[in-house]
Amino acid sequence: MMRKAREIVALILAGGQGTRLGILTEKIAKPAVPFGGKYRIIDFTLSNTVNSGIYIVGVLTQYRPHVLSKHIGIGKPWDLDRKDGGIVILPPYQGNKESDWYKGTANAVFQNVEFVDQYDPEYVVILSGDHVYAMDYNDIIDFHISKDADGTIACMEVPLEEAHRFGIMVTEIDGRIVEFQEKPTEPKSNLASLGIYVFNWRFLRDILIEDDNDPYSTHDFGKDIIPKIVKGDLGRIYAFRFEGYWKDVGTIQSYWESNLELTRPLPPLNLYDPNWKFYTQTEEMPPAFISKDAVVENSLVSEGCDIEGKVYDSVVFQGVRIGKEAVVRNSVIMTRSIIGEGSVIENAIVAENVTIGKSVVIGEGEFLASELDPKVYNSAITVVGMDSIIPDNVKIGKNVVIGLDVKPEDFEKEIVPSGGYVLHRG
Amino acid sequence: MRVLGLILAGGRGEKLGVLVEKRASAAMPIFGKYRAIDFTLSNMVNSGIVKVGVLTQYNPRSLMDHLGSGKEWDLDRKNGGLFILQPYVSPEGNLWYRGTADAIYQNMTLLRRGEEDFVLIGSGDHIYKIDFTDVFRFHIQKGADITLVVKDLDDSYDLTQYGIVELDESDRIISVEEKPEKPKTKTAFLGVYFVNKYLLMDLLYSFVPYGGVDLLLDIVIPNLKKLKIYAYKFNGYWRNIKKGVGEYYKTNMDILKSEIREELFYRNGKVYTKLKDLPPPKFSGTASVENSLISDGAIITGSVRNSVIFRGVKVKAGAVVENSIVMEGTVVEEGAVVYNAVIDKNSVVREEKKVIGENEILVFEKRTVI
Repeated sequence: MMRKAREIVALILAGGQGTRLGILTEKIAKPAVPFGGKYRIIDFTLSNTVNSGIYIVGVLTQYRPHVLSKHIGIGKPWDLDRKDGGIVILPPYQGNKESDWYKGTANAVFQNVEFVDQYDPEYVVILSGDHVYAMDYNDIIDFHISKDADGTIACMEVPLEEAHRFGIMVTEIDGRIVEFQEKPTEPKSNLASLGIYVFNWRFLRDILIEDDNDPYSTHDFGKDIIPKIVKGDLGRIYAFRFEGYWKDVGTIQSYWESNLELTRPLPPLNLYDPNWKFYTQTEEMPPAFISKDAVVENSLVSEGCDIEGKVYDSVVFQGVRIGKEAVVRNSVIMTRSIIGEGSVIENAIVAENVTIGKSVVIGEGEFLASELDPKVYNSAITVVGMDSIIPDNVKIGKNVVIGLDVKPEDFEKEIVPSGGYVLHRG
Repeated sequence: MRVLGLILAGGRGEKLGVLVEKRASAAMPIFGKYRAIDFTLSNMVNSGIVKVGVLTQYNPRSLMDHLGSGKEWDLDRKNGGLFILQPYVSPEGNLWYRGTADAIYQNMTLLRRGEEDFVLIGSGDHIYKIDFTDVFRFHIQKGADITLVVKDLDDSYDLTQYGIVELDESDRIISVEEKPEKPKTKTAFLGVYFVNKYLLMDLLYSFVPYGGVDLLLDIVIPNLKKLKIYAYKFNGYWRNIKKGVGEYYKTNMDILKSEIREELFYRNGKVYTKLKDLPPPKFSGTASVENSLISDGAIITGSVRNSVIFRGVKVKAGAVVENSIVMEGTVVEEGAVVYNAVIDKNSVVREEKKVIGENEILVFEKRTVI
């Protein structure tokens, strides 16, 4: 495959909150959530883009964009600091007629028609910054061209019982989509949309302008645009079957599982492939140090870590310190958190800059439903929010939420039972 | 104040044997992810120097590749930045650098054109962390013409291998003896000069054309009486890896001590190095790691003890690495044993092979298959 520099523009939708990740996305957008020991979720999409040779990238932000914007910067780690093209952050802006937040995924693209137009590309690739996967977009673009399609949607077979969470498509034998159901209660197939689209730009441009004038539209690709095109036979939309690794990591449970999956032998997502590297913006830190009394098994332990305790089946991000006699098991410990001596942390997600005192226990007892939000917190995993401090000797159960910026004085008792929560007052 | 940084990185460091077959000693890999020059370069940048010339000569390829545009040190600048100064051919002749003074003399343009008032000269193969602004302050307070950075060495150093200085009570240098048989003091010169730029230019113009090609021997020592040359005492960790494989090995092992890690990695700013975009190191279920430094991209399935493991190294199941330094991309295959060894980049220790240094450190060059 060979393409001209301005033939393709990628737009990454990175405005979503990811509400089912609870306190992990209270201060940051889902694409900025740390993943895999040193990355943030959007790094996977950004790396796929440049690894596929696409060097014009717009990132559409909305919800809590600060950490994300700082992370992306001028795109240096991804080689996206370029004279022609490169990376541009596209937040909602005030126009002549109206000032508007992005009302939906399609509206977000519509509001940036001028950005895309300046490159006059043949194709646009619309991506989500919410997903963890490795994909060569050339495959879907080549498929799109070979089918002479107006639009192509990447899809994957999912278990039928999970199909209701996705956009589901029914196709003809050659892949042409004849019906599209957004999050259907009665799915007609198990072919699920991955939120990855290729469109002929001129085709999509007309559709978006038309949709903007439609008062009944919610301006969403899955809910409005795709069904409209398919139902009205406005264009040729094809399904491209993707067979690699793709994860939405949209819930606490799936986020935790996807991280821990990386610690297994030959995980489905290969971070070590020299031909498909994942790039990120990281702080310069020395290699990890594992002390004389430490044990590290089945785990990733990143740069800047100083491990004196025991780590099993866990992902430990940069600059984490784990004290003597401490045990970390089946957990995700994010950047610069500190686990005090003798503490035992099991089945937990500990966010960035958390300080856990000495002899703290997390994850003991039986599972109980969350008193805070059982829709979001419905697994045995205990979550500790950014910048919190847990004082010595506190015992914390399963499915507990310790909020953001929690201070020692926020703990009324030394025991937080399963399903409980502690939030910062003030 | 503006200071021009110059790093002498042209030496081979013969005593490092096969390790410097294909690289200058300033490019020696160290501590899992760095090269020796990262320390002096980071010290300069952390002290606010934004223009640095690196003088290269002996096999500079890996050094050049490492430094690139100076991006990692924030030296990719429109004003100032990184200058690689290699010997060159000109109508006047084709001259290799004949010594440290000659090397700077041949790059006089950099001194002449800049707006700097001072020049800080360091060496690319010294491992230490220092705040050079302290040296600058000392230099100004003493009203010195030249300040040399010195250190009182303990018994772990062979004093006959260093430049030994003698000071008066005001820290002015009375004598310097290069590698003396009978050292008068335990104070050694660390190869760092802080000097007023125009004075340096005058000295170079006066001495180099008449054969004074070495900065210390031909320029500093003969002028100890005429010029005010002072010694700034540095008390931190400092090692010159060029002194030999033993010194190089010992320096690497020192990083396993927490107080030295703290000083070298976290005090006086960070140490910057070339980025490699590798994932975090992975420890499998059968891994056993003790008292070791493990770098990004490494996959440990076997056992590692008292060792420094570089980026992308694989220690496979049943393999044992102990008291060793294993450089980037090397694979220790199943059941192999590595003990008391330095294995250079991209080597392979085949299954079940034993590499055991009994009373000495075994050294293997790049791409060795054992």
